[in-house]
Amino acid sequence: MFPPIANPSVTDVTPRFSQKDLVRRSASTVPAPAERLTEVAKLIDVSKCIGCKACQTACIEWNDTHPEVGVNAGVYENPPDLTPDMFTLMRFSEWENPETNNLEWLIRKDGCMHCEDPGCLKACPAPGAIVQYSNGIVDFVHENCIGCGYCIKGCPFNIPRISRVDHTAYKCTLCSDRVAVGQGPACAKACPTQAIVFGTKEQMKQHAEGRITDLKSRGYANAGLYDPPGVGGTHVMYVLHHADQPELYSGLPKEPRISPLVEAWKGITKYAGLTVLGVAAGVGLLHHLVMGPNRVSDTDEENAERLVRSDRHDSA
Amino acid sequence: MTAHDVEPGKVHPGKPVTVDRYTVGARINHWITAASLILLALSGLALFHPSLFFLSGLFGGGQFTRFIHPWIGIVLFFSFFGLFIRFWKANLWKREDGTWLARIRDVLANHEENVPEVGKYNAGQKFVFWAMSVLIVILISSGLVIWDQYFSAYTTVGQQRVALLIHAIAAVAIIGVWIIHAYSALWVRGTIPAMIRGSVTGGWAWRHHRKWLRELVTKPGGRSGSKPAE
Repeated sequence: MFPPIANPSVTDVTPRFSQKDLVRRSASTVPAPAERLTEVAKLIDVSKCIGCKACQTACIEWNDTHPEVGVNAGVYENPPDLTPDMFTLMRFSEWENPETNNLEWLIRKDGCMHCEDPGCLKACPAPGAIVQYSNGIVDFVHENCIGCGYCIKGCPFNIPRISRVDHTAYKCTLCSDRVAVGQGPACAKACPTQAIVFGTKEQMKQHAEGRITDLKSRGYANAGLYDPPGVGGTHVMYVLHHADQPELYSGLPKEPRISPLVEAWKGITKYAGLTVLGVAAGVGLLHHLVMGPNRVSDTDEENAERLVRSDRHDSA
Repeated sequence: MTAHDVEPGKVHPGKPVTVDRYTVGARINHWITAASLILLALSGLALFHPSLFFLSGLFGGGQFTRFIHPWIGIVLFFSFFGLFIRFWKANLWKREDGTWLARIRDVLANHEENVPEVGKYNAGQKFVFWAMSVLIVILISSGLVIWDQYFSAYTTVGQQRVALLIHAIAAVAIIGVWIIHAYSALWVRGTIPAMIRGSVTGGWAWRHHRKWLRELVTKPGGRSGSKPAE
Protein backbone atom coordinates (compact mmCIF):
# COMPACT_ATOMS: atom_id res chain seq x y z
CA MET A 1 0.00 0.00 0.00
CA PHE A 2 1.14 3.49 -0.78
CA PRO A 3 1.58 5.62 2.34
CA PRO A 4 -1.37 7.99 2.57
CA ILE A 5 -0.81 11.73 2.40
CA ALA A 6 -0.22 13.11 5.87
CA ASN A 7 -2.64 15.62 7.30
CA PRO A 8 -1.47 19.21 6.97
CA SER A 9 0.41 20.84 9.77
CA VAL A 10 -1.29 23.70 11.56
CA THR A 11 1.68 26.03 11.25
CA ASP A 12 2.13 28.32 8.29
CA VAL A 13 4.02 26.82 5.39
CA THR A 14 5.82 28.89 2.75
CA PRO A 15 4.62 27.90 -0.73
CA ARG A 16 7.14 25.57 -2.34
CA PHE A 17 6.77 26.98 -5.82
CA SER A 18 5.86 30.23 -7.46
CA GLN A 19 6.35 32.34 -10.60
CA LYS A 20 10.09 31.73 -10.47
CA ASP A 21 9.47 28.03 -11.14
CA LEU A 22 7.72 28.51 -14.46
CA VAL A 23 9.12 26.50 -17.36
CA ARG A 24 6.47 27.53 -19.86
CA ARG A 25 4.17 30.54 -20.12
CA SER A 26 1.60 30.84 -22.90
CA ALA A 27 2.27 33.34 -25.73
CA SER A 28 5.45 34.51 -24.00
CA THR A 29 8.81 33.27 -22.87
CA VAL A 30 10.15 32.79 -19.38
CA PRO A 31 13.77 32.55 -18.26
CA ALA A 32 14.72 28.99 -17.35
CA PRO A 33 14.27 28.48 -13.61
CA ALA A 34 17.45 28.43 -11.55
CA GLU A 35 16.64 24.99 -10.22
CA ARG A 36 14.04 22.51 -11.29
CA LEU A 37 11.56 21.12 -8.83
CA THR A 38 11.10 17.39 -8.57
CA GLU A 39 8.43 16.31 -11.03
CA VAL A 40 5.20 15.28 -9.41
CA ALA A 41 2.47 12.99 -10.68
CA LYS A 42 -0.91 11.64 -9.79
CA LEU A 43 -1.42 7.97 -10.42
CA ILE A 44 -4.94 6.67 -11.01
CA ASP A 45 -5.23 2.94 -10.71
CA VAL A 46 -8.48 2.20 -12.51
CA SER A 47 -8.42 -1.40 -11.28
CA LYS A 48 -8.88 -0.17 -7.73
CA CYS A 49 -11.55 2.40 -8.48
CA ILE A 50 -14.99 1.62 -7.11
CA GLY A 51 -16.72 4.54 -8.83
CA CYS A 52 -17.82 6.21 -5.60
CA LYS A 53 -17.19 9.74 -6.91
CA ALA A 54 -15.59 10.84 -3.65
CA CYS A 55 -12.90 12.41 -5.82
CA GLN A 56 -15.50 14.50 -7.66
CA THR A 57 -17.00 15.63 -4.39
CA ALA A 58 -13.61 16.48 -2.91
CA CYS A 59 -12.75 18.40 -6.08
CA ILE A 60 -15.94 20.45 -5.89
CA GLU A 61 -15.35 21.10 -2.21
CA TRP A 62 -11.70 22.13 -2.43
CA ASN A 63 -12.11 24.27 -5.55
CA ASP A 64 -15.35 25.71 -4.20
CA THR A 65 -17.19 25.22 -7.49
CA HIS A 66 -20.94 25.02 -7.58
CA PRO A 67 -22.03 22.63 -10.29
CA GLU A 68 -25.65 22.92 -11.27
CA VAL A 69 -27.92 20.25 -9.81
CA GLY A 70 -28.39 17.96 -12.80
CA VAL A 71 -30.99 15.53 -14.00
CA ASN A 72 -30.77 11.77 -14.32
CA ALA A 73 -29.79 11.16 -17.92
CA GLY A 74 -29.90 7.40 -17.48
CA VAL A 75 -26.14 6.99 -17.17
CA TYR A 76 -23.75 6.76 -14.25
CA GLU A 77 -21.85 9.87 -15.25
CA ASN A 78 -22.97 12.82 -13.23
CA PRO A 79 -22.76 15.46 -14.61
CA PRO A 80 -22.79 13.92 -18.10
CA ASP A 81 -19.58 15.71 -19.08
CA LEU A 82 -16.81 17.88 -17.64
CA THR A 83 -18.01 21.43 -17.05
CA PRO A 84 -16.38 24.69 -15.96
CA ASP A 85 -17.52 23.70 -12.45
CA MET A 86 -16.59 20.03 -12.63
CA PHE A 87 -12.88 19.54 -13.20
CA THR A 88 -12.92 15.78 -12.83
CA LEU A 89 -15.48 13.19 -13.84
CA MET A 90 -15.87 9.46 -13.34
CA ARG A 91 -16.58 7.92 -16.71
CA PHE A 92 -18.15 4.47 -16.77
CA SER A 93 -18.07 1.96 -19.58
CA GLU A 94 -19.31 -1.58 -19.74
CA TRP A 95 -17.24 -3.92 -21.84
CA GLU A 96 -17.67 -7.56 -22.61
CA ASN A 97 -14.22 -9.10 -22.67
CA PRO A 98 -14.26 -11.44 -25.70
CA GLU A 99 -11.54 -13.62 -24.17
CA THR A 100 -13.23 -14.32 -20.87
CA ASN A 101 -16.85 -13.53 -21.72
CA ASN A 102 -16.84 -11.45 -18.57
CA LEU A 103 -18.65 -8.15 -18.38
CA GLU A 104 -16.10 -5.63 -17.17
CA TRP A 105 -17.05 -2.33 -15.64
CA LEU A 106 -14.29 0.05 -16.59
CA ILE A 107 -14.33 3.26 -14.60
CA ARG A 108 -11.95 6.07 -15.37
CA LYS A 109 -11.50 9.32 -13.55
CA ASP A 110 -11.28 11.85 -16.38
CA GLY A 111 -9.60 15.23 -16.05
CA CYS A 112 -6.52 17.18 -17.03
CA MET A 113 -3.51 14.94 -17.67
CA HIS A 114 -0.95 17.71 -17.07
CA CYS A 115 1.00 16.90 -20.23
CA GLU A 116 4.72 17.52 -20.30
CA ASP A 117 4.07 19.08 -23.74
CA PRO A 118 0.75 20.85 -23.14
CA GLY A 119 -1.35 21.48 -26.26
CA CYS A 120 -3.55 23.98 -24.43
CA LEU A 121 -0.55 26.14 -23.58
CA LYS A 122 0.76 25.97 -27.15
CA ALA A 123 -2.58 27.08 -28.58
CA CYS A 124 -3.19 29.86 -26.04
CA PRO A 125 -2.88 33.40 -27.52
CA ALA A 126 -3.00 35.26 -24.19
CA PRO A 127 0.36 35.85 -22.50
CA GLY A 128 0.51 34.08 -19.17
CA ALA A 129 -3.00 32.62 -19.22
CA ILE A 130 -1.57 29.09 -19.12
CA VAL A 131 1.61 28.26 -17.24
CA GLN A 132 3.64 25.16 -16.54
CA TYR A 133 5.73 24.78 -13.41
CA SER A 134 8.97 22.84 -13.34
CA ASN A 135 7.23 20.18 -11.24
CA GLY A 136 5.01 19.48 -14.26
CA ILE A 137 1.76 21.11 -13.14
CA VAL A 138 -0.08 22.94 -15.94
CA ASP A 139 -2.23 25.72 -14.53
CA PHE A 140 -4.67 28.28 -15.90
CA VAL A 141 -4.26 31.88 -14.69
CA HIS A 142 -7.73 33.31 -14.92
CA GLU A 143 -6.91 37.01 -14.83
CA ASN A 144 -4.94 36.55 -18.08
CA CYS A 145 -7.46 34.32 -19.82
CA ILE A 146 -9.47 35.93 -22.63
CA GLY A 147 -11.99 33.10 -23.08
CA CYS A 148 -11.25 32.35 -26.74
CA GLY A 149 -11.38 28.57 -26.35
CA TYR A 150 -8.15 27.91 -28.24
CA CYS A 151 -6.99 25.69 -25.34
CA ILE A 152 -9.89 23.35 -26.08
CA LYS A 153 -8.63 22.95 -29.65
CA GLY A 154 -5.08 22.47 -28.45
CA CYS A 155 -5.92 19.79 -25.87
CA PRO A 156 -5.52 16.18 -27.06
CA PHE A 157 -7.79 14.98 -24.24
CA ASN A 158 -10.73 17.43 -24.61
CA ILE A 159 -10.48 18.75 -21.06
CA PRO A 160 -10.76 22.56 -20.74
CA ARG A 161 -14.21 24.13 -20.52
CA ILE A 162 -15.11 27.81 -20.91
CA SER A 163 -17.30 29.29 -18.21
CA ARG A 164 -20.35 31.11 -19.54
CA VAL A 165 -20.27 33.21 -16.38
CA ASP A 166 -16.80 34.78 -16.37
CA HIS A 167 -15.72 33.71 -19.90
CA THR A 168 -12.49 32.06 -18.81
CA ALA A 169 -11.30 28.47 -19.15
CA TYR A 170 -11.34 25.97 -16.30
CA LYS A 171 -9.76 22.59 -15.69
CA CYS A 172 -8.06 20.52 -12.99
CA THR A 173 -5.18 22.41 -11.39
CA LEU A 174 -3.69 19.24 -9.87
CA CYS A 175 -4.51 21.23 -6.72
CA SER A 176 -1.44 23.37 -7.33
CA ASP A 177 -2.36 25.39 -4.26
CA ARG A 178 -2.33 22.26 -2.09
CA VAL A 179 0.80 20.83 -3.68
CA ALA A 180 2.54 24.17 -3.05
CA VAL A 181 2.23 23.61 0.68
CA GLY A 182 3.20 19.95 0.63
CA GLN A 183 -0.26 18.48 0.34
CA GLY A 184 -1.60 16.13 -2.30
CA PRO A 185 -4.58 16.81 -4.55
CA ALA A 186 -8.01 16.80 -2.90
CA CYS A 187 -9.17 13.85 -5.00
CA ALA A 188 -6.23 11.71 -3.89
CA LYS A 189 -6.85 12.69 -0.29
CA ALA A 190 -10.50 11.64 -0.55
CA CYS A 191 -10.09 8.37 -2.44
CA PRO A 192 -11.17 5.55 -0.10
CA THR A 193 -9.37 2.76 -1.96
CA GLN A 194 -6.17 4.58 -2.84
CA ALA A 195 -6.98 4.22 -6.48
CA ILE A 196 -5.64 7.79 -6.67
CA VAL A 197 -2.20 8.36 -5.23
CA PHE A 198 0.13 11.31 -5.49
CA GLY A 199 3.90 11.73 -5.22
CA THR A 200 6.94 12.34 -7.34
CA LYS A 201 6.73 11.04 -10.88
CA GLU A 202 9.45 8.49 -10.12
CA GLN A 203 7.64 7.21 -7.02
CA MET A 204 4.44 6.92 -9.02
CA LYS A 205 6.12 4.92 -11.77
CA GLN A 206 7.59 2.55 -9.20
CA HIS A 207 4.26 2.20 -7.43
CA ALA A 208 2.59 1.54 -10.77
CA GLU A 209 5.06 -1.24 -11.52
CA GLY A 210 4.03 -3.07 -8.38
CA ARG A 211 0.38 -2.65 -9.30
CA ILE A 212 0.99 -3.87 -12.85
CA THR A 213 2.84 -6.97 -11.59
CA ASP A 214 -0.08 -7.68 -9.30
CA LEU A 215 -2.63 -7.25 -12.11
CA LYS A 216 -0.61 -9.50 -14.43
CA SER A 217 -0.54 -12.19 -11.74
CA ARG A 218 -4.34 -11.96 -11.68
CA GLY A 219 -4.65 -12.69 -15.39
CA TYR A 220 -4.53 -9.17 -16.86
CA ALA A 221 -1.67 -9.90 -19.22
CA ASN A 222 -1.92 -6.49 -20.89
CA ALA A 223 -1.92 -4.46 -17.70
CA GLY A 224 0.30 -1.42 -18.00
CA LEU A 225 1.01 2.21 -17.29
CA TYR A 226 -0.55 5.01 -19.35
CA ASP A 227 2.07 7.73 -19.62
CA PRO A 228 1.74 8.62 -23.31
CA PRO A 229 5.03 9.65 -24.94
CA GLY A 230 3.21 11.56 -27.73
CA VAL A 231 2.70 14.45 -25.31
CA GLY A 232 6.05 13.97 -23.60
CA GLY A 233 4.49 11.92 -20.83
CA THR A 234 1.87 13.15 -18.42
CA HIS A 235 1.75 14.16 -14.80
CA VAL A 236 -1.48 12.28 -14.34
CA MET A 237 -0.98 8.63 -15.20
CA TYR A 238 -3.26 5.63 -15.25
CA VAL A 239 -2.72 2.01 -14.38
CA LEU A 240 -4.96 0.18 -16.86
CA HIS A 241 -5.82 -3.53 -16.88
CA HIS A 242 -6.05 -3.28 -20.67
CA ALA A 243 -3.23 -0.87 -21.41
CA ASP A 244 -3.15 -2.17 -25.00
CA GLN A 245 -6.67 -0.80 -25.55
CA PRO A 246 -6.96 2.50 -23.67
CA GLU A 247 -9.96 3.42 -25.88
CA LEU A 248 -12.03 0.97 -23.84
CA TYR A 249 -11.91 3.42 -20.98
CA SER A 250 -14.47 5.90 -22.34
CA GLY A 251 -12.30 6.83 -25.29
CA LEU A 252 -8.94 7.44 -23.64
CA PRO A 253 -6.79 8.17 -26.72
CA LYS A 254 -4.30 5.46 -27.60
CA GLU A 255 -1.58 7.71 -28.96
CA PRO A 256 -2.47 11.24 -27.91
CA ARG A 257 -0.48 14.08 -29.42
CA ILE A 258 -1.07 17.72 -30.19
CA SER A 259 -3.08 17.75 -33.43
CA PRO A 260 -0.92 18.39 -36.51
CA LEU A 261 -3.50 21.04 -37.46
CA VAL A 262 -2.79 22.91 -34.23
CA GLU A 263 0.96 22.47 -34.75
CA ALA A 264 0.65 23.86 -38.29
CA TRP A 265 -1.48 26.76 -37.12
CA LYS A 266 0.78 27.71 -34.23
CA GLY A 267 3.97 26.89 -36.14
CA ILE A 268 4.49 27.45 -39.85
CA THR A 269 1.30 29.50 -40.40
CA LYS A 270 2.18 31.97 -37.67
CA TYR A 271 5.70 32.64 -38.92
CA ALA A 272 5.10 32.27 -42.67
CA GLY A 273 1.95 34.40 -42.41
CA LEU A 274 3.66 37.37 -40.84
CA THR A 275 6.62 36.98 -43.21
CA VAL A 276 4.32 37.04 -46.27
CA LEU A 277 2.58 40.18 -45.01
CA GLY A 278 5.86 41.87 -44.16
CA VAL A 279 7.26 41.06 -47.60
CA ALA A 280 4.08 42.32 -49.32
CA ALA A 281 4.28 45.63 -47.48
CA GLY A 282 8.01 45.85 -48.18
CA VAL A 283 7.57 45.18 -51.90
CA GLY A 284 4.95 47.94 -52.04
CA LEU A 285 7.25 50.40 -50.34
CA LEU A 286 10.17 49.44 -52.57
CA HIS A 287 8.04 49.72 -55.71
CA HIS A 288 7.00 53.20 -54.72
CA LEU A 289 10.57 54.25 -54.00
CA VAL A 290 11.84 52.92 -57.32
CA MET A 291 8.94 53.68 -59.65
CA GLY A 292 7.40 56.67 -57.98
CA PRO A 293 3.74 57.53 -58.06
CA ASN A 294 1.58 56.91 -61.10
CA ARG A 295 0.39 60.44 -61.83
CA VAL A 296 -2.14 61.71 -64.35
CA SER A 297 -0.32 63.93 -66.88
CA ASP A 298 -1.56 67.16 -68.41
CA THR A 299 -1.76 65.32 -71.73
CA ASP A 300 -4.19 62.86 -70.16
CA GLU A 301 -6.40 65.71 -69.00
CA GLU A 302 -6.27 67.35 -72.42
CA ASN A 303 -7.10 64.08 -74.14
CA ALA A 304 -10.11 63.67 -71.86
CA GLU A 305 -11.25 67.22 -72.57
CA ARG A 306 -10.88 66.63 -76.29
CA LEU A 307 -12.84 63.38 -76.06
CA VAL A 308 -15.68 65.03 -74.20
CA ARG A 309 -15.72 68.02 -76.57
CA SER A 310 -15.59 65.97 -79.77
CA ASP A 311 -18.43 63.80 -78.60
CA ARG A 312 -20.51 66.85 -77.81
CA HIS A 313 -19.96 68.15 -81.36
CA ASP A 314 -20.84 64.77 -82.83
CA SER A 315 -24.08 64.51 -80.96
CA ALA A 316 -25.06 68.17 -81.30
CA MET B 1 -26.76 49.91 -69.54
CA THR B 2 -23.56 48.01 -70.22
CA ALA B 3 -21.88 45.96 -67.60
CA HIS B 4 -19.30 48.67 -67.07
CA ASP B 5 -21.78 51.28 -65.99
CA VAL B 6 -23.57 49.64 -63.13
CA GLU B 7 -22.71 52.62 -61.01
CA PRO B 8 -24.12 55.84 -62.44
CA GLY B 9 -21.32 57.77 -64.07
CA LYS B 10 -21.64 61.30 -65.27
CA VAL B 11 -19.07 63.28 -67.17
CA HIS B 12 -18.87 66.95 -66.28
CA PRO B 13 -17.10 69.01 -68.96
CA GLY B 14 -14.68 71.63 -67.73
CA LYS B 15 -11.03 72.17 -66.97
CA PRO B 16 -10.33 69.52 -65.94
CA VAL B 17 -13.19 67.26 -66.88
CA THR B 18 -14.58 65.47 -63.84
CA VAL B 19 -16.22 62.07 -63.90
CA ASP B 20 -18.54 60.70 -61.22
CA ARG B 21 -17.26 57.29 -60.17
CA TYR B 22 -18.98 56.35 -56.89
CA THR B 23 -22.34 57.33 -55.42
CA VAL B 24 -22.65 58.48 -51.82
CA GLY B 25 -24.19 55.12 -50.92
CA ALA B 26 -21.31 53.20 -52.46
CA ARG B 27 -18.78 55.34 -50.64
CA ILE B 28 -20.42 54.95 -47.23
CA ASN B 29 -20.75 51.24 -47.90
CA HIS B 30 -17.08 51.05 -48.86
CA TRP B 31 -15.81 52.87 -45.78
CA ILE B 32 -17.89 50.80 -43.37
CA THR B 33 -16.36 47.73 -45.00
CA ALA B 34 -12.89 49.27 -44.88
CA ALA B 35 -13.15 50.20 -41.20
CA SER B 36 -14.44 46.72 -40.34
CA LEU B 37 -11.66 45.02 -42.27
CA ILE B 38 -8.97 47.09 -40.57
CA LEU B 39 -10.45 46.51 -37.10
CA LEU B 40 -10.74 42.80 -37.87
CA ALA B 41 -7.14 42.65 -39.01
CA LEU B 42 -5.91 44.43 -35.87
CA SER B 43 -7.97 42.35 -33.44
CA GLY B 44 -7.30 39.15 -35.39
CA LEU B 45 -3.55 39.71 -35.52
CA ALA B 46 -3.61 40.27 -31.76
CA LEU B 47 -4.87 36.71 -31.36
CA PHE B 48 -2.70 35.33 -34.15
CA HIS B 49 0.83 36.02 -32.99
CA PRO B 50 1.98 36.57 -29.39
CA SER B 51 4.22 39.45 -30.42
CA LEU B 52 1.11 41.26 -31.70
CA PHE B 53 -1.03 40.58 -28.62
CA PHE B 54 -0.41 44.20 -27.56
CA LEU B 55 -2.85 45.20 -30.32
CA SER B 56 -5.63 43.88 -28.06
CA GLY B 57 -4.97 47.01 -25.98
CA LEU B 58 -6.62 49.01 -28.79
CA PHE B 59 -9.83 47.18 -28.05
CA GLY B 60 -9.70 47.40 -24.28
CA GLY B 61 -7.89 44.16 -23.52
CA GLY B 62 -7.94 40.51 -24.50
CA GLN B 63 -11.42 39.69 -23.26
CA PHE B 64 -13.02 42.53 -25.21
CA THR B 65 -10.94 41.76 -28.31
CA ARG B 66 -12.18 38.17 -28.20
CA PHE B 67 -15.75 39.40 -27.77
CA ILE B 68 -15.81 42.11 -30.44
CA HIS B 69 -13.86 40.43 -33.26
CA PRO B 70 -16.65 38.11 -34.45
CA TRP B 71 -19.25 40.87 -34.26
CA ILE B 72 -17.14 43.13 -36.46
CA GLY B 73 -16.92 40.13 -38.78
CA ILE B 74 -20.71 40.07 -39.03
CA VAL B 75 -20.72 43.78 -39.89
CA LEU B 76 -18.05 43.22 -42.52
CA PHE B 77 -19.93 40.33 -44.06
CA PHE B 78 -23.14 42.27 -44.57
CA SER B 79 -21.35 45.46 -45.53
CA PHE B 80 -19.25 43.65 -48.12
CA PHE B 81 -22.37 41.91 -49.37
CA GLY B 82 -23.68 45.39 -50.21
CA LEU B 83 -20.51 46.15 -52.15
CA PHE B 84 -20.76 42.82 -53.92
CA ILE B 85 -24.28 43.59 -55.11
CA ARG B 86 -23.11 46.99 -56.33
CA PHE B 87 -19.93 45.96 -58.10
CA TRP B 88 -20.09 42.33 -59.19
CA LYS B 89 -21.28 43.05 -62.74
CA ALA B 90 -18.52 45.55 -63.38
CA ASN B 91 -16.02 42.97 -62.17
CA LEU B 92 -16.95 40.21 -64.60
CA TRP B 93 -13.91 39.03 -66.55
CA LYS B 94 -13.47 40.55 -70.03
CA ARG B 95 -11.25 39.61 -72.93
CA GLU B 96 -8.95 42.62 -72.45
CA ASP B 97 -8.33 41.61 -68.83
CA GLY B 98 -6.19 38.66 -69.89
CA THR B 99 -4.00 40.90 -72.03
CA TRP B 100 -3.82 43.47 -69.26
CA LEU B 101 -2.71 40.80 -66.80
CA ALA B 102 -0.15 39.39 -69.24
CA ARG B 103 1.37 42.87 -69.45
CA ILE B 104 1.29 43.52 -65.70
CA ARG B 105 5.01 44.37 -65.86
CA ASP B 106 4.23 47.37 -68.04
CA VAL B 107 1.57 48.47 -65.58
CA LEU B 108 3.96 48.22 -62.65
CA ALA B 109 6.66 50.04 -64.62
CA ASN B 110 4.31 53.01 -65.16
CA HIS B 111 3.91 52.16 -68.86
CA GLU B 112 0.16 51.94 -68.92
CA GLU B 113 0.17 53.09 -72.57
CA ASN B 114 1.23 49.54 -73.53
CA VAL B 115 -1.82 47.82 -72.06
CA PRO B 116 -5.31 47.61 -73.56
CA GLU B 117 -7.98 50.13 -72.67
CA VAL B 118 -10.05 48.82 -69.77
CA GLY B 119 -13.54 49.45 -68.45
CA LYS B 120 -14.49 50.60 -64.97
CA TYR B 121 -12.11 48.06 -63.41
CA ASN B 122 -8.83 46.58 -64.58
CA ALA B 123 -7.79 42.97 -64.05
CA GLY B 124 -5.92 43.85 -60.87
CA GLN B 125 -8.98 45.46 -59.35
CA LYS B 126 -11.09 42.51 -60.42
CA PHE B 127 -8.63 40.15 -58.76
CA VAL B 128 -8.92 42.14 -55.53
CA PHE B 129 -12.72 42.11 -55.78
CA TRP B 130 -13.06 38.37 -56.32
CA ALA B 131 -10.32 37.47 -53.86
CA MET B 132 -12.05 39.55 -51.18
CA SER B 133 -15.41 37.96 -52.03
CA VAL B 134 -14.13 34.40 -51.80
CA LEU B 135 -11.98 35.02 -48.71
CA ILE B 136 -14.79 36.76 -46.83
CA VAL B 137 -17.06 33.77 -47.39
CA ILE B 138 -14.29 31.45 -46.16
CA LEU B 139 -13.58 33.69 -43.17
CA ILE B 140 -17.18 34.06 -42.05
CA SER B 141 -17.92 30.35 -42.33
CA SER B 142 -14.75 29.23 -40.57
CA GLY B 143 -15.17 32.08 -38.10
CA LEU B 144 -18.62 30.94 -37.04
CA VAL B 145 -17.24 27.46 -36.34
CA ILE B 146 -14.64 28.88 -33.94
CA TRP B 147 -16.97 31.45 -32.34
CA ASP B 148 -16.79 29.57 -29.08
CA GLN B 149 -19.34 31.58 -27.17
CA TYR B 150 -22.31 30.77 -29.39
CA PHE B 151 -21.39 28.01 -31.79
CA SER B 152 -18.97 25.68 -30.01
CA ALA B 153 -21.74 23.16 -29.34
CA TYR B 154 -22.55 22.61 -33.01
CA THR B 155 -19.21 21.25 -34.19
CA THR B 156 -16.60 18.80 -32.96
CA VAL B 157 -13.24 19.93 -31.66
CA GLY B 158 -11.68 18.25 -34.71
CA GLN B 159 -13.77 20.38 -37.06
CA GLN B 160 -12.91 23.47 -35.03
CA ARG B 161 -9.19 22.77 -35.44
CA VAL B 162 -9.62 22.63 -39.23
CA ALA B 163 -11.62 25.87 -39.10
CA LEU B 164 -8.91 27.58 -37.02
CA LEU B 165 -6.21 26.73 -39.54
CA ILE B 166 -8.37 27.76 -42.51
CA HIS B 167 -9.36 30.98 -40.74
CA ALA B 168 -5.72 31.86 -40.03
CA ILE B 169 -4.55 31.16 -43.59
CA ALA B 170 -7.51 32.99 -45.16
CA ALA B 171 -6.90 35.93 -42.82
CA VAL B 172 -3.27 36.18 -43.88
CA ALA B 173 -4.40 36.02 -47.51
CA ILE B 174 -7.03 38.72 -47.12
CA ILE B 175 -4.61 41.05 -45.35
CA GLY B 176 -2.24 40.44 -48.28
CA VAL B 177 -5.02 41.32 -50.74
CA TRP B 178 -5.77 44.40 -48.66
CA ILE B 179 -2.13 45.48 -48.90
CA ILE B 180 -2.36 45.19 -52.71
CA HIS B 181 -5.64 47.15 -52.68
CA ALA B 182 -4.46 49.93 -50.38
CA TYR B 183 -1.05 50.25 -52.03
CA SER B 184 -2.55 50.45 -55.53
CA ALA B 185 -4.93 53.17 -54.42
CA LEU B 186 -2.02 55.16 -52.97
CA TRP B 187 0.33 54.54 -55.86
CA VAL B 188 -2.15 55.45 -58.61
CA ARG B 189 -2.64 59.11 -57.68
CA GLY B 190 -6.15 60.46 -57.99
CA THR B 191 -7.76 57.16 -56.99
CA ILE B 192 -8.51 57.89 -53.34
CA PRO B 193 -10.64 60.99 -54.17
CA ALA B 194 -12.88 58.63 -56.14
CA MET B 195 -13.82 56.92 -52.90
CA ILE B 196 -13.90 60.12 -50.82
CA ARG B 197 -15.53 62.78 -53.02
CA GLY B 198 -16.93 60.26 -55.48
CA SER B 199 -15.32 61.68 -58.62
CA VAL B 200 -12.12 61.48 -60.62
CA THR B 201 -10.64 63.81 -63.19
CA GLY B 202 -11.15 63.13 -66.87
CA GLY B 203 -7.41 62.63 -67.18
CA TRP B 204 -7.47 59.90 -64.56
CA ALA B 205 -10.29 58.12 -66.36
CA TRP B 206 -8.51 58.57 -69.71
CA ARG B 207 -5.24 57.21 -68.33
CA HIS B 208 -6.52 54.24 -66.36
CA HIS B 209 -10.05 53.37 -67.55
CA ARG B 210 -10.33 54.77 -71.04
CA LYS B 211 -12.92 52.27 -72.22
CA TRP B 212 -15.13 53.26 -69.29
CA LEU B 213 -14.70 56.95 -70.08
CA ARG B 214 -15.54 56.41 -73.75
CA GLU B 215 -18.69 54.50 -72.81
CA LEU B 216 -19.77 57.24 -70.41
CA VAL B 217 -19.20 59.94 -72.98
CA THR B 218 -21.11 58.22 -75.76
CA LYS B 219 -23.90 57.02 -73.47
CA PRO B 220 -27.10 59.07 -73.80
CA GLY B 221 -27.40 61.21 -70.69
CA GLY B 222 -23.86 60.29 -69.73
CA ARG B 223 -22.80 63.89 -69.88
CA SER B 224 -24.16 66.68 -67.81
CA GLY B 225 -24.52 70.23 -69.09
CA SER B 226 -25.05 69.15 -72.69
CA LYS B 227 -27.61 71.82 -73.33
CA PRO B 228 -27.29 73.09 -76.92
CA ALA B 229 -27.12 76.70 -75.74
CA GLU B 230 -23.93 76.11 -73.81
